[in-house]
Amino acid sequence: MGGISLNYLARRLLVFALTVWVAATLIFIIPRLAPGDPISAMIARMSQFEGFVENADLIIESWRKRFGLDDPIHVQYLRYLGNTLRLDLGYSMGNFPSTVYELIARRLPWTIGLVGLSTVIFFTVGNLCGALLAWYRTPRWLKVMIPISMTFTSVPPALFSLLLVYIFGFLLPIFPQVGAYGRGMVPSLTPEFFGSVLHHGFLPAMSIVLVTFGFWALGMRGMMVTIEGEDYMILAQAKGLKPFYVLYRYMIRNAILPQMTALAVSIGTLINGSVLVEIMFVYNGMGSLIYEGINTQDFGLIQGTSFILIVTSALAVLIIDLVYPLIDPRISLEGR
Amino acid sequence: MAEKTKDPAVAGGVKKAGLLNRFDNPWLNWKFLTGAGIIGLIFFMIFLGNQFWDTELALAGSSPLNMPPVGFTNWRDQEGVPEHPLGTENSGRDMLALLIVGTPRTIGVGAIAASVGMGIGILLGFLAGFVGGFADDVIRLATDVTITIPSLLVLIVIQSVLPRIDLVTMALLISMFAWATPTRYIRAQVLSMRESGYVQMARLSGVPTRDIMYREIMPNLLPYLAASYIGNMTGAILSAVGLELLGFGPQRIPSLGVSIFWSIEAAALLRNMWWWWGIPTVILAVVFIALLLINLGLDEIANPRLRKAS
Repeated sequence: MGGISLNYLARRLLVFALTVWVAATLIFIIPRLAPGDPISAMIARMSQFEGFVENADLIIESWRKRFGLDDPIHVQYLRYLGNTLRLDLGYSMGNFPSTVYELIARRLPWTIGLVGLSTVIFFTVGNLCGALLAWYRTPRWLKVMIPISMTFTSVPPALFSLLLVYIFGFLLPIFPQVGAYGRGMVPSLTPEFFGSVLHHGFLPAMSIVLVTFGFWALGMRGMMVTIEGEDYMILAQAKGLKPFYVLYRYMIRNAILPQMTALAVSIGTLINGSVLVEIMFVYNGMGSLIYEGINTQDFGLIQGTSFILIVTSALAVLIIDLVYPLIDPRISLEGR
Repeated sequence: MAEKTKDPAVAGGVKKAGLLNRFDNPWLNWKFLTGAGIIGLIFFMIFLGNQFWDTELALAGSSPLNMPPVGFTNWRDQEGVPEHPLGTENSGRDMLALLIVGTPRTIGVGAIAASVGMGIGILLGFLAGFVGGFADDVIRLATDVTITIPSLLVLIVIQSVLPRIDLVTMALLISMFAWATPTRYIRAQVLSMRESGYVQMARLSGVPTRDIMYREIMPNLLPYLAASYIGNMTGAILSAVGLELLGFGPQRIPSLGVSIFWSIEAAALLRNMWWWWGIPTVILAVVFIALLLINLGLDEIANPRLRKAS
């Protein structure tokens, strides 16, 4: 296997650090591009929305201090970067005494659970389907069934979730329409709670999986078709290796490599989709938190949640990139 | 396409497939034609829509409220009427007019954002792939960072501080993120092409770099560029619909995403007004599936091995 080359590692870490920095900087700049000073603009829009603002003085005070609006811009920027990197994301204006960090800490595990589990499912199922589509020994009925099951590929997950909720939550009420667990349940480690989480999570996860796995099947099929023409495939068959062994060791092992790279590229899109799916299902994760922020004009919450989700995305890409050399030893030699 | 058979990879693939038939024009691909047909039809609705149907009915208050489609009844036992064949929503917009006006707008946002993104992508992709060196390093880093950031989140942050925006501004905001994928893709293609014989030849003959890029390499990249453009458009529409589902976007004549947003806000699901959210959802799904078909078709046009497999 060999270790990961220093060059490769350094480049991945650089991309990660740059992504976090760009995200933080964008979130610093964007509110300042809006007309007026950011705090009074926010308070004005809040009071316009809610009629009055509870604890307005306290909020203005805390935000003035946080932004340090009287300091020169570069001092403001450096202080902001320092705060952000220590995950001090300020107070949520909609839930004033709580900090944005506290709210996010409660919600982030749900999003990671939903997106992580869906990713494992669609990546496995998609690649398996793609491999079977191209394999010469696949039964004919499977080669007909798989493309049919891929009909909804590329429909946005959020729109697909509307259809799923209507059919399986409304017309045939098999699955709950909203929420991450049963109403009135307290999160605990009991089997009932766990069952409820799975029951509630099924439709959101399916809205992501059913529209996504087809992409991976198509990509995998393309790779498999290329590999089938290689000389080592003929040799493997001539040696009399078992067909399943050839499929797994010779074809899938080689074809999966570009798929891993593609997975790293698609993480951002995946998080976009899951944010919307969570909103559709009022799921207890980061997406719903952003939506609450939008509805209550809680800018600190919107910005903090977006920042943490971008960092999560960058972290996921970093992990995939670091796992990649383990399954493709060539990378560690090349150093790229 | 006569010039395509000159490409050694393509010629080899066709030989392998063993069915070289002069009636086998790769562009007569049913996936490509179906997808392009659907998108083309929707696109022409921009000009022809008002010939079929009174598009003024897409404005609020132009029709009775909450009417069901023909052949159905709503919860107040009203029958659908032929004046509003697909029903109306709760501020009195006719659904059919809404679809005729809204669907091309959605595709338009995608087309604008994808065009801007592709333009930047072609420029940067060629620069990185052909010039290389420091420019390549910088462009690759910028691409990797941009692809990692979930664009919707930044767009939400922007929209939350900006006043209401129109569709063109929305498209331009989306294109801030739409350049990265084409750049990466084009760079990879250019890198593999610059080592090929005809480029080496052109270089030895002293053809200027710019001419090699745009006269020699670009024509060979066309099927890939087309596929990349369609993929980009899908991504841009996805972002636009995502923002609209959150309630951002033009309100007077809502696009499809905005009307789905309003239907959710008005609990259309619970009132069983399926036509309000369901019809725009299905139409958008058809748009996405059509774009996917175009892309699959283009893939098969560019890569004969796939044609054999399907």
